[in-house]
Amino acid sequence: MLQQKSKKGAFLALVCVAALLALVVALENTLDPTKNILLFTSLKKGAVYALVAVSMNLLNGFTGLFSLGQAGFMLLGAYTYAILTIPVESRESVYYLYGGSAVKFSLPDLFGGADTVPGLVLGVLIALILAGCVAAAVAWLIGLPVLRLKSDYLAIATLGFGEIIRAIFQWDKLGPVTNGANALKNFPTFSSFNITNADGQVVFRLSTFVAFLIAAVCIALIVLLINSSYGRAFKAIREDEIAAEAMGVNLAKHKRLAFCVSSFFAGVGGGMFAMFANQAQAKTFTTAMTYEILLIVVIGGIGSVSGSAIAAFLYVAASEWWLRFLDAEMWVFGIKVPFLRTGFRMVVFSIIIMIVVLFFRQGLMGSRELPDLFRRRPRKSPRKAGEHNG
Amino acid sequence: MAENVLRLEDVTMQFGGVVAVNNLSLEVNRGEIVALIGPNGAGKTTAFNCITGVYEPTNGRVSLAGEVIVENHPQGKMKTMYQGENSGKYTGVVRLTPDQITQKGIARTFQNIRLFGALTVFENVLVAKHMRARQNFLSAAFRLNKAEEKRMREESMALLEEQGLAHLKDEVASSLPYGLQRRLEIARALATDPKLLLLDEPAAGMNPQETQELTDFIKQIRTEYDLSVFMIEHHMDLVMQISDRIYVLDFGRLISQGTPEAVQNDQRVIDAYLGVADDAED
Repeated sequence: MLQQKSKKGAFLALVCVAALLALVVALENTLDPTKNILLFTSLKKGAVYALVAVSMNLLNGFTGLFSLGQAGFMLLGAYTYAILTIPVESRESVYYLYGGSAVKFSLPDLFGGADTVPGLVLGVLIALILAGCVAAAVAWLIGLPVLRLKSDYLAIATLGFGEIIRAIFQWDKLGPVTNGANALKNFPTFSSFNITNADGQVVFRLSTFVAFLIAAVCIALIVLLINSSYGRAFKAIREDEIAAEAMGVNLAKHKRLAFCVSSFFAGVGGGMFAMFANQAQAKTFTTAMTYEILLIVVIGGIGSVSGSAIAAFLYVAASEWWLRFLDAEMWVFGIKVPFLRTGFRMVVFSIIIMIVVLFFRQGLMGSRELPDLFRRRPRKSPRKAGEHNG
Repeated sequence: MAENVLRLEDVTMQFGGVVAVNNLSLEVNRGEIVALIGPNGAGKTTAFNCITGVYEPTNGRVSLAGEVIVENHPQGKMKTMYQGENSGKYTGVVRLTPDQITQKGIARTFQNIRLFGALTVFENVLVAKHMRARQNFLSAAFRLNKAEEKRMREESMALLEEQGLAHLKDEVASSLPYGLQRRLEIARALATDPKLLLLDEPAAGMNPQETQELTDFIKQIRTEYDLSVFMIEHHMDLVMQISDRIYVLDFGRLISQGTPEAVQNDQRVIDAYLGVADDAED
C-alpha cells in the first residue's frame, strides 16, 4: 500500500517535470528570443538559482546547519567548469596577461571538440560533475573544523570561507590557472546547445531546456536523498541533535555528508551560472549572492524543496524582468510619474520582499511540498504538549 | 552469578570544583528492572549522561555486557583538581560517542521529552532504524537496496502496532498528547534494538492512572524485548512496585542499595529525603 502510493507519486512527478521541460522547449522555439530576452534570461537564471537554493535548503532547512558559504562553493564550481572547458585554441587569448594557461587540455576537445555533439555533451557533463566534486572536496576539508560550530558561529565561519575563496581566486600568483581578477570566457555556454545549420543559423533552440534539464536532474537527486533514510537522519539532527545522537545517528558523519552533498550541487550550480553568464569571474560570487539565495530559501519556505524552486523563479523574474519598467521614465497623460528612474526597481523590490516576509512568516510553502497543496488531508489540530520539567 | 548487563565502577564526574557523581559503582543484571532514586540534584541524570556518552566521566569505568564502553582517569588540569577517590585505579581511556554507545545496545529516553517534533510518529521510529541499515548514502538515494528500506519500514510498523501507536503513525509527533509522547519516546528507544533501556523519569508529569499504565507497560516490554531496565524515577509507588533493586544517590554518593523493602527502611535514605531532625540526639 505504502509502496504503491509512493510509486504513483513518483510517476506523477516525473510526468509533471517532463511536461515542464516540453513546455520550455516549445516556448523557446515559438517565441522570438530577441523580443523576449528577459523571459529567457529569467528562466535560465531561475533554473540555476533554483538548484543552488535547493542545495542550500538541504543544509539549512533539512539538516538545520545554518551555512552561508554557498557563493564560495559556486565560485569553485564555476572556475572548475570554466578552466576545464575553455577550448585549447582560445586559451592563449583568454589568459593573454599570463602568457597562456597552465592547464593544457580541455574536456570538450578530448571528446572531439566543442562543436561536435559528443564533445559538447560529454565535455560539459563531465566538467559539471567535476565542478561539483571539487566543491564537495573543499567542503569536506572546510567541514572538518567548521562543522564543530553551531548556528550563528557556523554561519560566520562559512561566510568567511566564501570571502577567502574569492580573494584566493583573484590572487595574481594563481593567474596561469585562474586568470587572476580577469574573467574566464569562451567556454561552452547554454547557447552552445542550440542546434545550428551549416550557415551558423539557429534552427532549434535548446539553451533554456538544457538549463532546466540539468537543474531538474540535480534537484531530483536531492529529493531522492531527502526522502531516503539519510534524509530522515538529517531531519532528526535538525529537530534535536542530542536525541538524534541517542538514536544512533552519527552527528559528525551526517553533518559532513549534508555539507558535502549541498556543496556538490552548489558547485554544479556554479558551473551552470558560468554557462548562464558566459563568463566566470570571482568578483561576481559575492556575499550578496549568498544572501540572494538565502532570501529565496526563506521566501520559498525553509524545509520545502518545491518552495525553493518556485521562489527562485519568482525572485529572479521580479528582480530582472517584471519590475524593469520602474527603471525607465514614464509619462501618463502628459505628467511624469514621480520616482521612476534607474535603480528605483530595487527600491520597490526590497519593499515587496519585506511585505512577503511579513505576511508569509513560514515562506510561501512553509515546510510543505507542492503535492501537499493538492492533497486534502484531515489532520487533527496540533495539540501542544505541556512543557514539563520533571 | 547473574550475568550483568551494565556495570559502573567508581564513576566520578567532576565539573570544575563540583563533584556531581562521586565514586558510583553499580550493576544491572540481565532482565532486571533497577531504579536509581535520590533527592533533586543528587546526580542521577549526570550518571545517565556518563553512561550514554553525553558526558565524559572524570574517573571510572562503565561496561556493557563485559565490554568497556567508557573509561577515563583524571588528566591535565583535573589531575590536581580531582577530589574523588580511586584516581590511580584506571589507566585506560575509552571514549565512545553517544551514537556508538547506542549501537552497542543502550537506548535511552530523556527527562524532558526529546522527540523529533516536526516528524511523524512513524518517521520518529524509522530514524532509530537508520543506524543498523546496511546501506550508504548513494545506495539509499538511488534506491539500490529497496529490501533494506522495506525491512526498516516493516519493523517500525510492527513496533508501532505492538505499542498501540499504529493508528497515529502519520500524526506529527509534537501534536500528540503528553502521555503518548512519553510512550512514543520509549517506542523509539526500543527501535534501536537495545540490551539495556535507560528511562529518565518516565512518569514525570503523569497522573496516578497513567503511572499505573506505565508500570504495566515497562513490565511488559521487559519480558517482550528481553530487556534490562535502568530508570530514574521520583514516583515512589512506581519505583517500589516495579523495581527488583534500588540504588539511592545523595549528593553524588551512593547511600543505600538493595530491595525496595530494604531501601524503604534504611535510615540514611529516610534522612536524605526528609532531612535529619535537629533534636536527633535527644
